[in-house]
Amino acid sequence: MSPARISLVVTEVTELVPGVRGLALAATDGAPLPSYPPGAHLVLDVPAGDGRPRALANAYSLTGENVEPLEYRVSVLRCDPATGAAGGSAWVHALEVGDKVEAHPPRSLFAPVRHASRHLLVGAGIGITPLLSHLRSHARWGAEAELLYLCREGLGAHVEDLAALAGESVTVLHDRAAFTALLRERLRDQPLGTHLYTCGPTGFMDLVHLEAADAGWPAGRLHAEAFGTADLDPGEPFTVSVDGEELAVPAGVSLLEALEEAGHEVANLCRQGVCGECRVGVGPGSGPVLHRDLYLTDEDKAAGDCLMACVSRAEPTDDRPAHLEVIL
Amino acid sequence: MTATPTAPTAFLAPTGLTTDGLPLTTVDEERRAALVAGFPFPFPNPTYRYSTNVEPARGAVLTPAGQWGEVVVDVDVEYREELAQREQVLARDPSRYAVLPHMRVACWDAMLGLMRELAAAYPDDMELTLVEAGARPRYRWRNGLLGLEQEFTYGVEDTLPGEPLGWICSQVQEDVVLMDQRDGVLYGDAGVVTFAADWSFGFDVGMSFLEIHGPVPRLHAEGVITRAQQFLVRLQPGEVYRRTNWTLTIGRRLDVSTELYDEWGPDRESVQLLDDTAFGALVHLRVEVQHLVRLPESGAIMFLIRTYMLPLEEVARVEDWRVRAADVLAELPQDMADYKGIAKFRDRAAAWLRAAG
Repeated sequence: MSPARISLVVTEVTELVPGVRGLALAATDGAPLPSYPPGAHLVLDVPAGDGRPRALANAYSLTGENVEPLEYRVSVLRCDPATGAAGGSAWVHALEVGDKVEAHPPRSLFAPVRHASRHLLVGAGIGITPLLSHLRSHARWGAEAELLYLCREGLGAHVEDLAALAGESVTVLHDRAAFTALLRERLRDQPLGTHLYTCGPTGFMDLVHLEAADAGWPAGRLHAEAFGTADLDPGEPFTVSVDGEELAVPAGVSLLEALEEAGHEVANLCRQGVCGECRVGVGPGSGPVLHRDLYLTDEDKAAGDCLMACVSRAEPTDDRPAHLEVIL
Repeated sequence: MTATPTAPTAFLAPTGLTTDGLPLTTVDEERRAALVAGFPFPFPNPTYRYSTNVEPARGAVLTPAGQWGEVVVDVDVEYREELAQREQVLARDPSRYAVLPHMRVACWDAMLGLMRELAAAYPDDMELTLVEAGARPRYRWRNGLLGLEQEFTYGVEDTLPGEPLGWICSQVQEDVVLMDQRDGVLYGDAGVVTFAADWSFGFDVGMSFLEIHGPVPRLHAEGVITRAQQFLVRLQPGEVYRRTNWTLTIGRRLDVSTELYDEWGPDRESVQLLDDTAFGALVHLRVEVQHLVRLPESGAIMFLIRTYMLPLEEVARVEDWRVRAADVLAELPQDMADYKGIAKFRDRAAAWLRAAG
């Protein structure tokens, strides 16, 4: 149900801060690119090779102008493949001006709520990227917004961009204790109807939501960008039976990838357990499912008849190895 | 496409009934032929039931009389006539146009989206030029059919002759509803709806998608509306889908909103007393082509409702349409006929079509 991929060319690479590369991508014909909601992300096709056993699809938050943009901008933190990263960010860091890149059109899962009376944006590290996009939009439309940014000194990307957009409404902190103290204060000093948006490592976002809950914020006012910086762990190997065939799914390979490699077509988009496209049926021959997505409801999971193939896996029991029976 | 001045309208001999003086479809043969050729005949099957009948937009549908569906915003021979009618309806009843405050971004987004669709479909007459990109993009808009030329800055109301949604709706024949999405639920929070088929935009504004469809029989029990909403909330930026809906309308009346029920409601009784010639000229098959567009900046869903009408006398000239429409009308379950407001005359409409063979 999504439009075809778009062909882009790298027009600019910059070292924003050590370890973070800014990338500008334009349409190959130079025409304006499709507009997108603030907080949207671009999924880049990362080809196999160069130490990557298979092609990847990596999602990066868009940071630039979102209406009729002449280029898409992303800021990518390099995660070292030597420490277990899949290699997508290392590939981005090796791109050069003039390189061609294929991408899915922008997808939106973290847009501002327009009827909010105010927007409280709370980011850490590279998680600042979708919040920068939000702040641009709030500046354009004159919406009230405030941003707290936790980053290591000298390693915080986009600090100047944020200040230029919103000046005193932006607070940059380098100390976790000071950040937590300020967060507690700011959570208690917002008008009714304020919405909170957070992006950063999973542990950081959990902390922000816990603090907000503590300060009496209703869950419906809290939003988190699911594409944190932490990759899912590679998981344990398991086996799958599908259409009378038995497949092995090694650690570090998703069920979706294993199905694709065996020649099965499975609709998919985000490949991060968010969009809901790659839901597959689970048959009675399955062992327990380790759900790792953010899409299925608790009721869906309790029903035990489906899973999201891009992130979820099988779990062993005491007397059975990990196994799934998948119904496509 | 051509926009000719309004052609003379036929009048029935006065009968003393409420149907006297109702507008008919033009007698101008060229315009009639154009309306037939572009008519989106809505019955792919010999029976009709509600379904989540959405499909990707822009696919041309061939009919025995022509084709429809290539464009999202359709300009046809009724362009000037229908825009004039919209202006009159809005002057008489401003409640047909509403924008809740948080829908400002969506209104700008909708205006640009409609301009892009017009420019793509009618490049000779309509043109949107990006004059300057950046944080505050500047554009030039030309609508040659209406002789309009306007340069504006995105998001700056002062650079337009009026509020963006209202202004662009004076340039399209479509009714427009903008739905905000909050927590997976859609709310009809802005729109310009002057040609509603027995509903009231002023009453519905601010309601959720499920509330708006509350009165429709069968939809909820069969899960159609819930499935439709689940589908819509997952539409991604730039994706466009469409569906059709239909009813019968007496006279070529675009505005059969609930607000005017006292004016058009009694026609449902009167029409039964007309002779066959008058019946075939007055009763129109009314089809809505509805487009669903995820707007790119606001994330709102733009719901376009374009209304087409063809009198039974024209439907009957296309043999496949005559037979199919008769079958559907005769078989339609009573509760659906009641809801559509056609229970009192759908049997006669079916018989009329069968006899016209």
